[in-house]
Amino acid sequence: MHPAKSVIFFTTASGAGYGLLVWLALLAPFGLLPEGALFVVISFALAIGLVVAGLLSSTFHLGHPERAWRAMSQWRTSWLSREGLAAIFTFAPAFLWGISALWSGFGSPASLTFGFLTAALSLVTVYCTGMIYACLKTIPAWHNDLTRLAYPLFSLTTGAGLGLFILSSFGAADLSGFLILVIMLFAAGAVVKLSYWASIDAAAPVSTAESATGLGDMGAVRLLEKPHSGTNYLMREMGFEIARKHAVELRGFCMSLGFLAPVLLFLVGLGLPEDLPLVSFVAAVLAGVGIVLERWLFFAEAKHVVTLYYGQSAV
Amino acid sequence: MTSLPTHTNKKLGLVIDLDICVGCHACAVNCKEWNASGHSAPLTDIDPYGAEPEGVWFNRIHAFEVVDEETGSSRTVHFPKSCLHCDDAPCVTVCPTGASYKREEDGIVLVNADTCIGCKLCSWACPYGAREFDEDEGVMKKCTLCVDRIYNPNLSEDARVPACVSSCPAGARHFGDFGDPDSDVSRLVEARGGFALMPEQGCNPVNRYLPPRPRQDGVADGDAVAPRMLDTSISETTDKAGILARWIDRALSR
Repeated sequence: MHPAKSVIFFTTASGAGYGLLVWLALLAPFGLLPEGALFVVISFALAIGLVVAGLLSSTFHLGHPERAWRAMSQWRTSWLSREGLAAIFTFAPAFLWGISALWSGFGSPASLTFGFLTAALSLVTVYCTGMIYACLKTIPAWHNDLTRLAYPLFSLTTGAGLGLFILSSFGAADLSGFLILVIMLFAAGAVVKLSYWASIDAAAPVSTAESATGLGDMGAVRLLEKPHSGTNYLMREMGFEIARKHAVELRGFCMSLGFLAPVLLFLVGLGLPEDLPLVSFVAAVLAGVGIVLERWLFFAEAKHVVTLYYGQSAV
Repeated sequence: MTSLPTHTNKKLGLVIDLDICVGCHACAVNCKEWNASGHSAPLTDIDPYGAEPEGVWFNRIHAFEVVDEETGSSRTVHFPKSCLHCDDAPCVTVCPTGASYKREEDGIVLVNADTCIGCKLCSWACPYGAREFDEDEGVMKKCTLCVDRIYNPNLSEDARVPACVSSCPAGARHFGDFGDPDSDVSRLVEARGGFALMPEQGCNPVNRYLPPRPRQDGVADGDAVAPRMLDTSISETTDKAGILARWIDRALSR
């Protein structure tokens, strides 16, 4: 599948923003969030900024961005529609949460309630994003239980990296418990991604040139001639092949930047709490780069069954 | 509304006979010609006279080679492919706007170009490559089963078939109602063992393909080499040629 930059930026940026909102809501009851309006403003600007930038970016790959509002209507059947609705619904409690946190602090009952609502809707939104891909039978690599697990999980890991950075920068109280949780989460993320790769590498073909043409009874089927000498939309959108050539190296970069390096840095932060702002900043940036690579590979490595009509023998 | 209808009154679709399709592309050309000014017009071409022309087509003719691994013999099968107007069309249910829909009255799957946002998700959901994005118009395009021909009172009754069917010089394409077990297309599929493409994808396509018939030249596949029209090892003597040919051969051979 062709990895569209706008979609990669959308899913990674919004994912990190939603993840940060979830962590702010989860840490508030433990009194781990710094006091004061400035922290509220900075943390919300970062989280909501990432969410909004991502959502806006997602409209750039539309043929008609001005009609994007129409996408709210088909939630009965369409995961894309559900995602759009969930994203819009999340803004309501998030707005009230921000106001109440400014007014009475993150620890107030109103703030805790709106925070919990925002966190729940954020996770629903990210789950819907994952389901947009996971529901497509035509792309066997995506039609996978690990896809819908990975989207919320990576939203939480990238959001946690950002959370650690702003919390430690504001001199929050003892963050060692949160740090250990984050390290476990990144390790879980690495396990999920490695299992995903193992599962798509080992998966038996779902469809073949024989089933695509129905000619399998007569023998082995191979494409003799494309319908035309040039390219077409389907070949460009679904027939992206660059990544498969370098898959091993790219997976290595993704794993080491997105998961291994952040875990090592967080371990350093555990030992040297006074350096946590710098360490978590570097970790958050590396995790971001790694997750962009992860998303790029998610698209670029996925094969679509329509390529069976353009020369692939099994997908 | 992108929920699929629970029942369609008719199931209009195509039968494509892979035994007699000669791969001439006439159906694709006539499809382009009609639909460039039809229901989903235009079918935008990009760089049409340049080095890398491409554009939107509703019908494309692939050619496959099928090799019988036991005998080593092979056959070329020309393979036209357009929208199969699936009963369980995933392109319809994934649409976030309701622009993609399946008609209750006849089962035709269409796109409303006025409400399509061009998110391309329907083209990802289709296993058959039936949907092509119009980069110029920013909306998805697809085969309409010539909905503007088959009900068109301005055309004579025998012309009210999809453009691809009307133009096929070999009679390899048939149009009809698969919901009626006594229709010509239903009987044809029954008689010839018509099949659906990629049934494992669960889309329940309406269109059916008829398999190539076994060879009828009296020999089993691979038993003998078919007679050639032009044999390169042809005798160079002109003894049996006509008088003019013999004279020319003699004159030029000096």
